[in-house]
Amino acid sequence: MSTVELERPRASNYKLRVIDCDIHPAMTSWTEVHPYLERQWIEHLTVYGSHLRHAFSEALSHPRMSPDAARIDAYPEEGGPPGSSLELMKKQHLDPNGIEVGMLIPLRWNPGSQRNLDLGVALTRAMNTWQVERWVKQEPRLRASVLIAQEDTVASVAEIDARGGDPNFTQILILPKTDEPLGRRRYWPIYEAAVRNNLPITIHVGGTNGHPSTGGGWTSYYMEEHHSVAQTMQAVVASLVFEGVLERFPELRVVIMEGGLGWVPSLNARMDKHWARLRSEVPHVKKPPSEYVREQVWFSTQPMEEPATSAELIDLFDRIGWDRLLFSTDYPHWDFDDPRYAFRANLTKAQREQLLYENARKFYRLD
Amino acid sequence: MARHVVATVDQIPLDQRLLVQVNGREIGIFNVGGEYFAVGNRCPHEGASLCKGRIVGLVEATGPGDYQYSRRGELLRCPWHGWEFDLRTGRSWCEPDRTKVRSYDLKVEPGGALIEGELRAETFQVTIDKQYVVLEV
Repeated sequence: MSTVELERPRASNYKLRVIDCDIHPAMTSWTEVHPYLERQWIEHLTVYGSHLRHAFSEALSHPRMSPDAARIDAYPEEGGPPGSSLELMKKQHLDPNGIEVGMLIPLRWNPGSQRNLDLGVALTRAMNTWQVERWVKQEPRLRASVLIAQEDTVASVAEIDARGGDPNFTQILILPKTDEPLGRRRYWPIYEAAVRNNLPITIHVGGTNGHPSTGGGWTSYYMEEHHSVAQTMQAVVASLVFEGVLERFPELRVVIMEGGLGWVPSLNARMDKHWARLRSEVPHVKKPPSEYVREQVWFSTQPMEEPATSAELIDLFDRIGWDRLLFSTDYPHWDFDDPRYAFRANLTKAQREQLLYENARKFYRLD
Repeated sequence: MARHVVATVDQIPLDQRLLVQVNGREIGIFNVGGEYFAVGNRCPHEGASLCKGRIVGLVEATGPGDYQYSRRGELLRCPWHGWEFDLRTGRSWCEPDRTKVRSYDLKVEPGGALIEGELRAETFQVTIDKQYVVLEV
């Protein structure tokens, strides 16, 4: 008979030391990026707005659990959306939760999914500079992500090369809902640039490519759609394996961010089984698929599955590999994970430190 | 167990809440349609300040599209992950036996009774002509 844990461990006595791989900064107002945008694009946004591949400009394809998808205690007193106040972020998150380093993942405007490619490129450039000026220079614990307009490969490569030598940036951000699956050869120059600049690719839930939100079509409910991030991420991982990206770029390091974990062992087992039978269709895939995943793909913890028993979660981590897990909070979003309570498992101090800190320190080469 | 006078009734208007500290514990006191309930401020799931969450009713359905909304104002929803807690019992709606917030006994008593009894008013000077919310911790 299995044991049900009624209480999770109380906050531990030792000081938390955390690297948070997923923090969402927001703008108080759109005009915050104006200093970094060419006049043409400021006027374009004023006159036309931005244009994504779905109806209802600026809307999400489903309503969220909370307005701004945010914790309702994360609204700054001085106004502005959650994530827009550095002071509140420090007071509410960085300081009390022991965040030594936090990776910024800006989502506003979804520049990679803009239909107007030139607008998307201009926005990524502006938002990259904005991250450094508005956040990283003001708060040494924060690091920026290189946003790219991935449908314009040439411009994406130029932006990666432009930011590659800047230590303020730790990763390249791509949203998984791209025009075509991410393994397609049109995106390969991006991976080549990532390797050349020694930056990992982080694939964070999101994007609006116009395709239905699930493989089964558009959903009726947010809860129904919310699970689809796992399907989407499975499709991305399979695409990177079978289209040959991970074979062609053995130094490419990929993070699957905010896509869950529970599916990883099952995807690996299915891919390996099929590869044993169908290998000749993809002769460029030279190893069992799970080996590529094990060597080149990392997974962030939030929103983590919360099985009823500690043993189930530990088994899951065993199968994925403890060194492949990166802790993330998703601050200030509604499904935020508190580093003290996120792991519903009896972890040793060493395991906890590995998950909360050490893995990310090694992965992002922060020494 | 000690009894603590924490507020006068007019300090917690209808459908409003008051966060108090008693013996180092943060406790939220809720006025639900004139009834008063008290629960701890720590969500048992991941520790959010529970009492800052939205106060909602109970949504149920006999089938898709057939919604009933009842118990207006009697459920408290965590400001992070949205767990719903029953203010009357402290139990969460989805895992009532496993996930619950500490709830406390509350009484509303007239000032006269408090003075005649042997209670010490820790937070307020008790006057006779008012109604007081008394928390048992």
